[in-house]
Amino acid sequence: MAYSDKVLDHYHNPRNVGTLNKSKKNVGTGLVGAPECGDVMRLQIEVDDATGLITDAKFKTFGCGSAIASSSLATEWLKGKTVDEAATIDNMDIVEELALPPVKIHCSVLAEDAIVAAINDYRVKNGLAPIEREESIVH
Amino acid sequence: MSDIQLPIYLDNSSTTPTDPRVVETMIPYFTNVFGNASSRNHPFGWQAEEAVDTAREQIAQLIGANSKEIIFTSGATEAINLAIKGAVDMYARKGKHIITARTEHKAVLDTCKNLQKKGVDVTYLEVDGKGMLTPEQVAAAVRPDTVLICLMMVNNEVGVMQPLAPIAKIAHDNGILFMTDATQAVGKLPVNVNEYGIDLMPFTAHKMYGPKGVGALYVRRKRPRVKVTAQIDGGGHERGMRSGTLNVPGIVGFGKAAELARLEMAEDMARAATLRDRLEQNLLQLEESYLNGDAAHRTPYISNISFKHVEGEGLMMGFNQEIAVSSGSACTSASLEPSYVLTALGLDDELAHSSIRFSLGRFTTEAQIDYAAEKVKDAVNRMRELSPLWEMFKEGIDISKIEWAEH
Repeated sequence: MAYSDKVLDHYHNPRNVGTLNKSKKNVGTGLVGAPECGDVMRLQIEVDDATGLITDAKFKTFGCGSAIASSSLATEWLKGKTVDEAATIDNMDIVEELALPPVKIHCSVLAEDAIVAAINDYRVKNGLAPIEREESIVH
Repeated sequence: MSDIQLPIYLDNSSTTPTDPRVVETMIPYFTNVFGNASSRNHPFGWQAEEAVDTAREQIAQLIGANSKEIIFTSGATEAINLAIKGAVDMYARKGKHIITARTEHKAVLDTCKNLQKKGVDVTYLEVDGKGMLTPEQVAAAVRPDTVLICLMMVNNEVGVMQPLAPIAKIAHDNGILFMTDATQAVGKLPVNVNEYGIDLMPFTAHKMYGPKGVGALYVRRKRPRVKVTAQIDGGGHERGMRSGTLNVPGIVGFGKAAELARLEMAEDMARAATLRDRLEQNLLQLEESYLNGDAAHRTPYISNISFKHVEGEGLMMGFNQEIAVSSGSACTSASLEPSYVLTALGLDDELAHSSIRFSLGRFTTEAQIDYAAEKVKDAVNRMRELSPLWEMFKEGIDISKIEWAEH
C-alpha cells in the first residue's frame, strides 16, 4: 500500500513531537488507544488562560505511519484555535487532508479521540464539565 | 557502502527472485517447445512430456523421493489443500480427526477450519514460548479416529523447526498419515522424505529461486502407499490426483531450481547462517530488542526480532524505500490483530505489533546486511523518540498497569 505524500511528509518530518508539563493547570493531556491494538497516541495542549487560545500542542504516537501523521497534523491544527474551536475538529477532516485509505480511518478517529481527551483533561482541571460527544466508531 | 544497490531485499521467505539460470532454462518452453505434455501423438507433446519428466526427476532427487511421488500443482497453497482435503476424503472411513498446530500457515489453518464446518474434528496444538511443541503433546492428542498429523517443517514467521522424525514415528505407529508443509524448507535446507518419515509434503518453486505459479505435493507410494482424492477434476493428469494442463515452463524452471538447490544448498545455508548471526549481533545490541522463536532449532534464513515500544508498520515506513522486510503487526488488516503466530508463542500483543521478520536468501550479501542493520537501528531510535510508550518505559512507568481504553 502506498502512502500519500502528506502522510509521508508528516511521518518523515513530524510536527510538534514532544512532551508538555502535564502537571500544569493549563495543560490538557489526552492518552488514547492501547498497545495491544498497535496504536497509542498522546496529545497535549497548552492553553493561554487569558485568551483561551491553544498556544502549544505536542504529541507522541506509537503506531503506523498514518497514526503518526494524523496526530502530527492534529497538533498543527490545534495551535492558535480556541479550545471550543478545537473541539469541532472532525476525524473526516483528517482523513481528507491526509488522503487516508479506508483501512486507516481508525487512525483519524484515534486522533479525534486524543483531541477530545486533551480538551476534557484541560476542562476538568479548570472546573468545567467534560464535553459530551457521541460515541466514536468502535474498532 | 555507497555502491550498494537499493532497495535491499530481506523478505526471501515471502518469495525469492527467480535465479537467472532458471529463467534461461525456462525460456525455450514458452516458444519452441510449447506443446501440451498430455499430447501423446506428436513431437510437440513428447518434448514437453520429456521436459516435465526431467523436472520431476530433479525435484524428486532433491527430496530423496521417487519421481512418481511428485504431483505438480499451482503452488503450495493448492498442494496443502489437496493433501489435507484429499487425505480426509480418501480415508474418511478410518476417521475424521486431524492434529495440527496453532502456528501453521493460514493455508493449513483455513483448510482445517473449512473441514471443521463439514464435521471434521481438528486439534490445534499449543506451542511453547519459543514456538516449539513436543512429540509427547502430539502423542497425547492422538485418537482412534485420527487420520492426519499435519505440522510444518519450518515456521514461516519465526523460522523454528519442530522435531519431525519422532512425530512422524508416532503417526506411523498409530496408522496415521504424516504431512509436513515444507514450503520454507525444500530447496533451502536438506529434506529427505524417508529420513523424516513423511507421507505428504507440499512445497513450492518460488521460495527456492524458481518461478511463481508452480508447486508440488509429494505423495508417498511405498510403506505406506498413500492416496489423496483429487480436489480438481478433469483430464486425470498427475495420476488422477490433480487434473489440469501442466505448466510446462514453470515445471521446467522448478526442476532447474531444484537441481541448483541440491548443488548449492550447503553453501547457501552456511552463508545465510553467518549473515543472520551478523545481523542479529548488530540489531540485538539495541535496548529492549528480543529475538522471537527458538534460537537453537530454526532455519538460518529467518530472523524475527521485536523492538519493544515501537510499532512494526510505522517502523518499516522509516526504511521501506530501501529495505524490504515483513512485520508481525497488522495495522492494515480490518481486525488490527497482530500475528497469530507470535501471540501463540505467548508474546503480548504490543511485542507482537513490534516485530520485524528479516528473511535472507541466496543473493543476500554482507554489505546489504550491514547497511540494513544500520538503517533499522536508526529507524528504531527515531521511532522511540516518537513513542509515548518508550517515554513511559524510560520514566519507569509500568505500561501493563495502565488501564487502556480498548478501542
